[in-house]
Amino acid sequence: MSIVTVQLGQCGNQIGFEVFDSLFSDSHCSQGLCSKRENEAYQASCKERFFREEKNGIPIARAVLVDMEPKVINQTLSKAAQASRWKYGQHACFCQKQGSGNNWAYGYSMHGPRHEESIMNLIQKEVEKCDSLSGFFVIMSMAGGTGSGLGAFITQKLQDQYSNSLKMNQIIWPYGTGEVIVQNYNSILTLSHLYRSSDAFLIHENDVVHKICAKRMNIKQISFSNINQVLAHQLGSVFQPTYSSEGSFHYRRNPLGDLMEHLVPHPEFKMLGVRNIPQMSENSLAYSTFTWAGLLKHLRQMLISNAKMEEGINWQVRPPLSGLPPLGKMSVNKELHFNTSIANLVILRGKDVLSADVEAFKDPALYTSWLEPVDAFSVWKTQRAFNKYEKCAALVSNSQFLVKPLDMIVGKAWNMFASKAYIHQYTKFGIEEEDFLDSFTLLEQVVASYCNV
Amino acid sequence: MTQSVVVQVGQCGNQIGCCFWDLALREHAAVNQKGIYDDAISSFFRNVDTRVVGDGGSISKGKISSLKARAVLIDMEEGVVNEILQGPLRDVFDSKQLITDISGSGNNWAVGHKIFGNLYREQILEKLRKSAEHCDCLQCFFIIHSMGGGTGSGLGTFLLKVLEDEFPEVYRFVTSIYPSSEDDVITSPYNSMLAMKELNEHADCVLPIDNQSLFDIISKIDSVVNSGKLGTTVKPKSVITSGAGAIKKQHKKPFDAMNNIVANLLLNLTSSARFEGSLNMDLNEISMNLVPFPQLHYLVSSLTPLYTLADVNIPPRRLDQMFSDAFSKDHQLIQADPRHSLYLACALMVRGNVQISDLRRNIERLKPTLQFVSWNQEGWKTSLCSVPPVGHSHSLLALANNTCVKPTFMELRERFMRLYKKKAHLHHYLHVEGMEESSFAEAVSSLSALIQEYNELDATKSMPVQDVPRLIVAV
Repeated sequence: MSIVTVQLGQCGNQIGFEVFDSLFSDSHCSQGLCSKRENEAYQASCKERFFREEKNGIPIARAVLVDMEPKVINQTLSKAAQASRWKYGQHACFCQKQGSGNNWAYGYSMHGPRHEESIMNLIQKEVEKCDSLSGFFVIMSMAGGTGSGLGAFITQKLQDQYSNSLKMNQIIWPYGTGEVIVQNYNSILTLSHLYRSSDAFLIHENDVVHKICAKRMNIKQISFSNINQVLAHQLGSVFQPTYSSEGSFHYRRNPLGDLMEHLVPHPEFKMLGVRNIPQMSENSLAYSTFTWAGLLKHLRQMLISNAKMEEGINWQVRPPLSGLPPLGKMSVNKELHFNTSIANLVILRGKDVLSADVEAFKDPALYTSWLEPVDAFSVWKTQRAFNKYEKCAALVSNSQFLVKPLDMIVGKAWNMFASKAYIHQYTKFGIEEEDFLDSFTLLEQVVASYCNV
Repeated sequence: MTQSVVVQVGQCGNQIGCCFWDLALREHAAVNQKGIYDDAISSFFRNVDTRVVGDGGSISKGKISSLKARAVLIDMEEGVVNEILQGPLRDVFDSKQLITDISGSGNNWAVGHKIFGNLYREQILEKLRKSAEHCDCLQCFFIIHSMGGGTGSGLGTFLLKVLEDEFPEVYRFVTSIYPSSEDDVITSPYNSMLAMKELNEHADCVLPIDNQSLFDIISKIDSVVNSGKLGTTVKPKSVITSGAGAIKKQHKKPFDAMNNIVANLLLNLTSSARFEGSLNMDLNEISMNLVPFPQLHYLVSSLTPLYTLADVNIPPRRLDQMFSDAFSKDHQLIQADPRHSLYLACALMVRGNVQISDLRRNIERLKPTLQFVSWNQEGWKTSLCSVPPVGHSHSLLALANNTCVKPTFMELRERFMRLYKKKAHLHHYLHVEGMEESSFAEAVSSLSALIQEYNELDATKSMPVQDVPRLIVAV
């Protein structure tokens, strides 16, 4: 089954390119540590999912590129054309001239309705080229105007038009210290709207990925390319083909559906975070070996201590001992110690993967009480190595990972809203103070729900 | 990709405008080696087949035939515009883009605004409409003028209302040269005060600049160059000393160097909209991010490193120094000290070989030394444009919405009151039909209201930042 990706705005398009590039490189990588036949099956599965074939053999990404000004799309298309290993569809782009000016209201209320038909047509065309549609990725940032505002609008339309297909928004959480001054407004408007129309969001925090580049990858002058490549690697480690069940030799047909089924048991809890391990530069790869025991131990501790990366993990944090009364209601103000999960999915790829022991993830103390660990935790194991990593593990988690960042954004946006700063820029295009208040209310609800888990 | 139209009004406006077009051509020539008319060039230039008579000559793609500036040149004297039309840039302008008169405005805002405004309203409208028609997607009008004279100040601000009525969707960015304290035009306080009211009401964004600051910057560059310090040498094709590389012939007046600074400001302001980069910033984002309340739309600017404003070969300094300098009072284009005042918002527009980590590192480093208003503690807007300015590896334009503009306005009001109390020269204004004493009173109260807003913000400066109590929801 196939996934159609909608790349929105500068961020969405820049990242989308790196994602497809990473998926393609990995699927054509010769160091898969598996048999040739296995590799071919992997390649075929990846292709069906993310690419389609053209007559001359060059695969075409199943993607629609949308931006309200032309520079980034032009750059993206030419980058793909230059590498010429895969490309975007000839008519897969929608572009305007003026941009959204970092204004969520403009993206949502002006560009949205104005271009709804053209954009949905493009998506429809891409969908028709799939034998069977698993669902959509929508790659967008929250901070700007197009990705955020138009992204929220398009997600709503996807909900209306393709109610049987799943939608996962890949949301880029901006740096805490300004990329865009009104990013907090744009973020709360985006999240509140997506909460009503998306099935799940997988959140990628710029600050976190930046730290990974700095500390783990040792990159001196970090560019957005670097950041986007790390992000693409994380996404690839989750969505490249995986076996459908332990010991089976067929690749999972519907990763989106399976993932959502496991991770989003309740519509109030849609925010997913991703962690992966090991994180290192390609140069260091060749000199490193890992054991599954070591990797999983670190990954589990990253989960429960809410560590953002493989370094500086707080080993003091422990899950509450079973038999004792549960720890009191989590307060965002206090130092967050133990990260309670609703559901977790661990994806393991590489050598000796079948021997990897994930029992520690099934500890009921990790989870909230309303799901049995057998329902709350799943593991997907695949022999074929990913992106030249002899062993790699990814964790997709529906947990309290994102409470603190969300709370911070809501807090900052609320402070700004209290002073009414910049509101005139939004009311100009039909987003009124009540719309802001609705968004705040919804998100405070989400924060509270996650805190009480 | 969008287009912008430059409207240059009065002597000052046209001289700066001329520098701007010169530098713009040079920049595009350096970037666009193949001579293809692309989106970037089209933002400021039309491509015209000059063999075609009349209007039909526009070429939208392909090789560059003849570039015409998207400009309207207005002056009520002929001297400056004629000089431009006889100079090396004459082919860049169309005679149909000009509006001139002979008598000048006599340094009288009322003459520029009321008399010439009414006289030329239709013509102005026509030229503006024509220039808009030539644009695929017009995003912004850049108005360049001085505040202290008659034409730039009076007619220049008259234009703003016309633009607002005719093209409400198009941004109006105004580059205003404020009179220095030793300005030799006696009536400049009147002119500036009357113009300020118009800027308050009809501009989207104003970039105030004053001659004293420009002069100080030029002096600083000169002293570094002449001292021979650190192996600095003037580049052989320097804009400051030789004409080669730029089309315009160089004069020895300091005004040319000063105008170049303002021209560079406009180029850098639009670079991220014209050229590609990893974090683009379009013109509509400037207004969106830097104008939290409609009246507070005055942005203090600084361009660093200084040597990018002259063609000097200084061995590259530490990148971080460029960021530090952007916040020093010596690098601002008006007499202002942003570091010791309150920031409402700040934009950093970087060009060249600078990446996001450089930007972040410097923001983290400089943040503790700056004071931001309580509701915008992380009030930073950033952009990265890959194309550096000609002949340099990187540059930074900082735009600050900061209460440090207040002293400029207060001084203006003081100088105005000194004259007004004595009713000096007032009759020149009141003679003009449509002008009354109330026009002056309204202008003062408009400026006073603005100053009061800045005062109220400043009062919050030393108060501890208190979070507003959050909504409480039932779970």
